[in-house]
This record gives sequence, C-alpha cells and structure tokens, in this order.
Amino acid sequence: MKHARVIFEGREHTGTAHEFNGQADVAVRLGDGRVVPQDQLVWLPPLAPTARPRTILALGLNYADHAKELEFKAPEEPLVFVKGQSTLIGHRQLTHRPADVKFMHYECELAIVVGKTAKHVKRDDAYDFIGGYTVANDYAIRDYLENWYRPNLRVKNRDTCTPLGPWFVDAADVHNLPGGPMALELRTTVNGTVTQQGNTRDMIFDAPFLIEYFSRFMTLSPGDLILTGTPDGVVDCQPGDVVVTEIDGVGALVNTIAAR
Amino acid sequence: MTTSFLPTGTVYGTLLNFRAEAAALAPQMTEAPYKAPPKAPVLYVKTANTWSPHGSAIAVPASVPEVEVGASIGMVIGAEGDIEGFVLLNDLSIPHASFFRPPVKFKCVDGFLGIGPALRDAQDVADPAQFRVEVRINRELKQSIDFWQLVRPAPQLLADVGEFMTLAHGDVLMLGCDLGRPLARAGDRIDISAPGFETLSNTLVKEATA
Repeated sequence: MKHARVIFEGREHTGTAHEFNGQADVAVRLGDGRVVPQDQLVWLPPLAPTARPRTILALGLNYADHAKELEFKAPEEPLVFVKGQSTLIGHRQLTHRPADVKFMHYECELAIVVGKTAKHVKRDDAYDFIGGYTVANDYAIRDYLENWYRPNLRVKNRDTCTPLGPWFVDAADVHNLPGGPMALELRTTVNGTVTQQGNTRDMIFDAPFLIEYFSRFMTLSPGDLILTGTPDGVVDCQPGDVVVTEIDGVGALVNTIAAR
Repeated sequence: MTTSFLPTGTVYGTLLNFRAEAAALAPQMTEAPYKAPPKAPVLYVKTANTWSPHGSAIAVPASVPEVEVGASIGMVIGAEGDIEGFVLLNDLSIPHASFFRPPVKFKCVDGFLGIGPALRDAQDVADPAQFRVEVRINRELKQSIDFWQLVRPAPQLLADVGEFMTLAHGDVLMLGCDLGRPLARAGDRIDISAPGFETLSNTLVKEATA
C-alpha cells in the first residue's frame, strides 16, 4: 500500500494512492473515502509525526559512479551525515535557491523508513526492521561546501531542501518487487529531460548493511530515515525548474525550484 | 524519580566556537584536509537517541576506554525564533582527531548527551557571555569554561546559523565546548554546574554486553 499525508480543505488527512481517470497513483483516497486528484492537495512528508524528532541519516558517495564523478575514491566506511527534521518538505512543494549561488543540485535517493526499534541488528535480519520506503531529493548547494564536517550543514540542512514523498510505501510491497529494494531503477528529470539515471543495485553500502552499521552504535526508532545516497548525473538547477526524482515501485517526487 | 527537561526539536552542536579551541586548530586550518578556516558556524546534530536525562547512567561502548566530556550550554529556541531558555549539556564524544567528516559514529552513540535538569528561562539571563560552567569528575574540578571566550557570542551564533537554516521551536543550539575537554570512563560520575542552573549529573557505566 502507498500512504500519503496531505492537507485538503484546510485539514490534515492520511490517505492511500488511488487511480484517477484510469491512471494509477494520481489521486489520493482520503480516510473518509473521498478521492482527490494530486493537484488539489498540499502534500506533507509522508511520515506521521513522532514524539521525538526523527533521526535523518544521509549517505554521501554511496554509488560507485557518483563517487568517481566527484573525484573521490569509493569510501571504505559509510560517509554519513545527519539532517534536522525542519529541512523536510512534501511532494509538489517549492525549494528555494539562494540568489548568487553557482551550483545547486538535486540528489534522487531511496529513503528507508525504520519500522521498529533497532539495536545491534544483524544483516540477515535487517529487512525486518524496515517499515517502508519513500523517495527523497536531498538537494546540495555546493557553493557552501567547506572541509569541516563535510558535507556541512550549510550545504545540506537548509529549509525546503529535502523534499520527501509522495508516498510511504509499505516495506513488503517493495520487498516483493522483482529483485527487491536493491534492484530499483532511479531517474531524475529536469523540465522533462532525463539528467540522472541509476539503479539501487549499484549502492556501495546496501540497505541491510546500513541498518546493521547504524544499529551497532545507535538505536534506530520507528520513523527514523536513512537516505541512501545518489548515483551519477547531478546538474545545476535554476529557479522555475521542475525536478522529478523517481524510483520505480516507490514513486515520482515532483519539486519546483524558486528564487529566494 | 527525576523529571528532567528534554528537547522537543533537533539538538545542534557547534564546533570551534571557543577562542582557545579555534587557536589550537589554527595552524592546521590551511592544510589538508581542511585547506581553509571555516566561514560559517560548523554544526553537528546530536540525534534523539543520544538524549540522557539528568541523573541517568550513560553506557560507554566496550570498545572505547575513555570518552571526552564536552560541557556546554544550549539555547532552546522559542516559538518566535527567539531564545526561550538555556540548558546545561554534557556532550560526550568518542575522542577523534579529524574534523573533516561528520562525526556521527563519535557523537551519535546512544545516551551521549546529558541534558538538564531544568530549562533556565531566558528572561532570567542578563547576558549569556557571563555564563561560567564547571566540570567535575568524581567531585574533582576538571574544567572551568568562561562563555565570554566565545568566537561567536550567543546572539551572533543564532544570527549566523539563521542565515542558512531556520531553527524551529524546541530546537537546541549549543554554544560550543571549550578546549581542554576532560576524559572520563565507566564508573565515573560527571557533574556539570553553573551559577543559576541546577547541576547536571550523569554516571558512566559499562555497556551491557548482549
């Protein structure tokens, strides 16, 4: 099942993906049974609020081709950074590009949503701790990159710079796909032109590895997120650009760049 | 039974915000891997799994002989983006020499942030630069921290961070930890105190082996 969290007629609703005019997933069936097309909704990150702010772990350089593109050798250990919760926005929202920056790029990423409390999880059991998946677009503003705790928060923790959604897809639905979560095609289009393509099978550190790795030193809680990194093909985005980060079986996350 | 303040938002730590700390690293700042002094505040996140209320025991991983005690004060953000109050913090780290990559595995270990016990109302604080924090390990004074030594005083740090991200109501922004952070090990009791604040105490214990 694909779940959404939306605002409709001024109220927050949860709902599930629904077909509309014969097209799958273009509408949401709200909890009260009404079916509403995508464009009439304000989309929120598809995660219920938690009592404690969720932990958002993000991977840098987790695809061999992207590591090469950025002229680094593939890391021997995950390159991990943490994001604050207030950077998240929903599907079909605006992401602000500061005036005068030269290079701001999207990053299409499979996001793992932790399903239950995880500590000292073994790789073979890791999938049991995943509650679902969604799509993240983990924007970076490269002008601000400094070599202190790189990638630093000025590059990666900006308001509106982490669109998430549209759907929270139940783990079983993704695990049952041919090849499972580690064989999903990813792509990004900018104004309809494909600029980034990859496959989750090319991750250096895959989902079970990451659950095992993190849960070795930190307890993961339901709703925590792991953004698993991005493949080759990042390009600069300008105000007005419509960026769609899409992962087969998970969803197509639409986002528009706005001047700030 | 202790009731202790715990944040409702994200907790951000700040590196290099004490003059002595910045001066100690200055000779390396233009060398690899840093290549330049930082222009903006250098922040890290203390994830929610690290939060330990006042009075609680904090487990030290079996693989680590000692941890670094980073005593600090956090600004708790109010509804209008103002400072609602201040809170004592015990920002523990596994000692590490490089500040090039984010310190997640050194700083986001379960329990590695002592917090509290109580929020001190911002209205009761004339000037955060007058804060003086003392760190005691097993009742012995190990460190005194004067907050007039900040590179970016509290209002400036808040403004400079606000240049690139909005701190939400309930978020906490740490003022930084000074040079000379004491080391502690399982069995030690750490007390962090400051005039006007209730003392924050935590004990370190050995990690229970699974």
